[in-house]
Amino acid sequence: MSKRKVGAAHMPVGECITQVQEILRQRFCRQRVPDRPGGVEAQHKHLLGLLKRTAVHGESNSVLIVGPRGAGKTMLLKCVLRDLMEEKEVQKNLLQVHLNGLLQTDDRIALKEITRQLSLENVVGDKVFGSFSENLVFLLEALKKGDRSSSRPVLFVLDEFDLFAHHKNQTLLYNLFDVSQSAQTPIAVVGLTCRLDVLELLEKRVKSRFSHRQIHLLSSLTFPQYLERVQTQLSLPDDFPDENFAQNWNSSIKAVCEDKSVRDVLQRHFNSSKDHRTMNMLLMLCLSRVSVSKPTIKPADVLEASRMCFSDAKANMLHGLSILELCLIIAMKHLNDIYEGEPFNLQMVHNGADGFFC
Amino acid sequence: MVVVVLGAPGTILRSVMRSKMTALLQQPGYEEERLQRVAEKLPCRDVQAGLLLSLMGQPQQYSFPSIFIYGHRASGKSHVLQVLLKELELPHATVSCVECVSVVLLFEQVLLSFFGCDAASLLPRSPSLSDFVRVYRQQCSQSPAKQTRYIVMEKAELLRDTDANLLPALLRLQELVEDNVTVILLSEIVWDKFRPNTGCFEPLLLHFPDYSKGELQQILSQDRHPSYSAEFYSSYINILLGVFYSVCRDLRELRHLAALNFSKFCEPLAEGKVKDTDTHKLWRNIEPHLKKAMQTVYLREVSSLQWEQMQQMEEKETGTVRGLSAHTHVELPYYSKFLLIAAYLASYNPARTDKRFFVKHHGKIKKTNFLKKNEKTSNHLLGPKPFPLDRLLAIFYSVVDSRVAPTASIFSQISSLVTLQLLTKVSQGDLLDAPKFKCAVSLDFICAISRTVNFEILKYLYDFL
Repeated sequence: MSKRKVGAAHMPVGECITQVQEILRQRFCRQRVPDRPGGVEAQHKHLLGLLKRTAVHGESNSVLIVGPRGAGKTMLLKCVLRDLMEEKEVQKNLLQVHLNGLLQTDDRIALKEITRQLSLENVVGDKVFGSFSENLVFLLEALKKGDRSSSRPVLFVLDEFDLFAHHKNQTLLYNLFDVSQSAQTPIAVVGLTCRLDVLELLEKRVKSRFSHRQIHLLSSLTFPQYLERVQTQLSLPDDFPDENFAQNWNSSIKAVCEDKSVRDVLQRHFNSSKDHRTMNMLLMLCLSRVSVSKPTIKPADVLEASRMCFSDAKANMLHGLSILELCLIIAMKHLNDIYEGEPFNLQMVHNGADGFFC
Repeated sequence: MVVVVLGAPGTILRSVMRSKMTALLQQPGYEEERLQRVAEKLPCRDVQAGLLLSLMGQPQQYSFPSIFIYGHRASGKSHVLQVLLKELELPHATVSCVECVSVVLLFEQVLLSFFGCDAASLLPRSPSLSDFVRVYRQQCSQSPAKQTRYIVMEKAELLRDTDANLLPALLRLQELVEDNVTVILLSEIVWDKFRPNTGCFEPLLLHFPDYSKGELQQILSQDRHPSYSAEFYSSYINILLGVFYSVCRDLRELRHLAALNFSKFCEPLAEGKVKDTDTHKLWRNIEPHLKKAMQTVYLREVSSLQWEQMQQMEEKETGTVRGLSAHTHVELPYYSKFLLIAAYLASYNPARTDKRFFVKHHGKIKKTNFLKKNEKTSNHLLGPKPFPLDRLLAIFYSVVDSRVAPTASIFSQISSLVTLQLLTKVSQGDLLDAPKFKCAVSLDFICAISRTVNFEILKYLYDFL
């Protein structure tokens, strides 16, 4: 499968391409956490400071990270957690519980998940608790260290936070925020949500216990920064095994990004959405056109990928209809226009389309 | 309308196309001959197969978390995926959402395909999505994925009717379970109709375009009968497409029609009247049959066996195809006919016009705001409206010229009309003293009936004023 490239090369082209695909796919598909988060340094510092205070000094905190889909909330959190875990003390003490609003659709399920993630199933055993808060308090008590002086800090991460606000009575949220306000155990509650109006979803008693701390991830990228990000995403890292290949690749990427037609296309993408996900999708489509026979990305690839992203789905489906079906659709459109959106049935459409059939 | 197919002999054409196809399907990480077999099984879908293959990448590499494939019915979506996944022996779970009445079936199927039946039995009694993800994570930590796992969900539009959290969770399944898994959704409906309110992880959208006429010809020519030559069959397909292409482009339907009508096409050949290159005569023979077959496209009103039988005896009769929709004339007693006429009038005339039609001295009818917007649509297009029993009887008494006593025999005739399905009962369950009915016969039928009792129904219908 691999071709030997003529000239001095450390690795054959096939191997290089495989490596490139591997690295870039980790970036686009798996959304690997980058070393340094771009453009969110202030938020990073804020969140890191907050969590450090909980983990090291035992101060309870709650914060909401708000940003549209694909803005990089989970990426920010993962970055911060990775930096946090570098400290030995934190690594030893901090417990993490990750809940997701899509999975834990009920407070009961959420509680079971918390028990499971804190590895306290044996401790709970077959106990029956009167209320949710009793259960939660019991769990947190059980985390007290050996000498019963202080409890281990717990970090609760609530993904899709707005879905938790739709549970009955918002019990989980109430209890978590309650514990974070009363100085029983040091917990940090971090919620991630895409809704800007999330605070209005909270009940009054829940809202009052929340610290009203919000971190907003509203992207303020300019177009040159966007272009740069595209270039960085596509470039190979310095530790690529074959330096020659990596250099050639990176310079070709630079040339592609400076090409006029590619810039226009990227401007169009930038105007419709600036977030990471749509960029990753576009770059993934470009990457899929890289193969052994064509080992670089060319401007035509970007144009083709963009065309695929922006293709009109309904027009595509209309293209595949037979003439008879098209006549019916035209008749339906006429009926819609004449009757201004009133409902119609097949008999009326058939009557209207009779004119088309010879 | 006669097209004579000229071309190189079949074998050379086929081998040229084979090399062209396999040149497109190249991907490191998979064996050459498997890819060749895949290319042979997927005629006219090489572009899409190539694109899918390049997105899938090498087996151990990650792929995009979710892909959404849309296209018309019978455009090859499931076929391409099945061939790719089976021939290349990739770990996959195919689930049809029609079968998954409850999510449990989906979870079990996925766990069964990837981890065996022990994993499926680990699910608790009525598992939630949380349980599924937990069990999956457990299993996957024991047996991590060496190759990308694919979950293919057919008829994905039915996912919109399940719990609101299922679709968004499936789209980001790769992130939730932290495993090398890709979810592929197949649907005939565009993605814009799927998107949840608060957004979700957007999948990669792929379109499978419809087949062009040439491609349909190529695919249909593949299932030819071995005892006939390829040119003969492709000339038949040509004729068939010429008649049906403007009406129907669905590959499945066209295959059915081709199979159904082929014996009729070969009849003159079997009888020795025509040689197989004499396309003009063959066309003249088959043309009326294809026109008749046009009435049965998609309908399957007559089974294939019946159709063939009818073909054989059709020289004697010249009537149209009588499927289930052709009523045979029903003989009704005198008063039942009038009851049916009264029911038809009650269904298709608006209630406020009854006074004008059926009361002897109605005085002046004010032309009030009769012309509402939907007055333009005749009631016949909108279908029959329900009417209460009292109204039916009132119209009946005014329509029948002799004096009729309201005996039980009249009421029992109404019940028998309902049994004959000429009237339909529409009342809600507990309103026993105010039943409502609808008239279920067509205008032609009721005209025929009213002619037999010398009643001019058209004068009494509001739409024909």
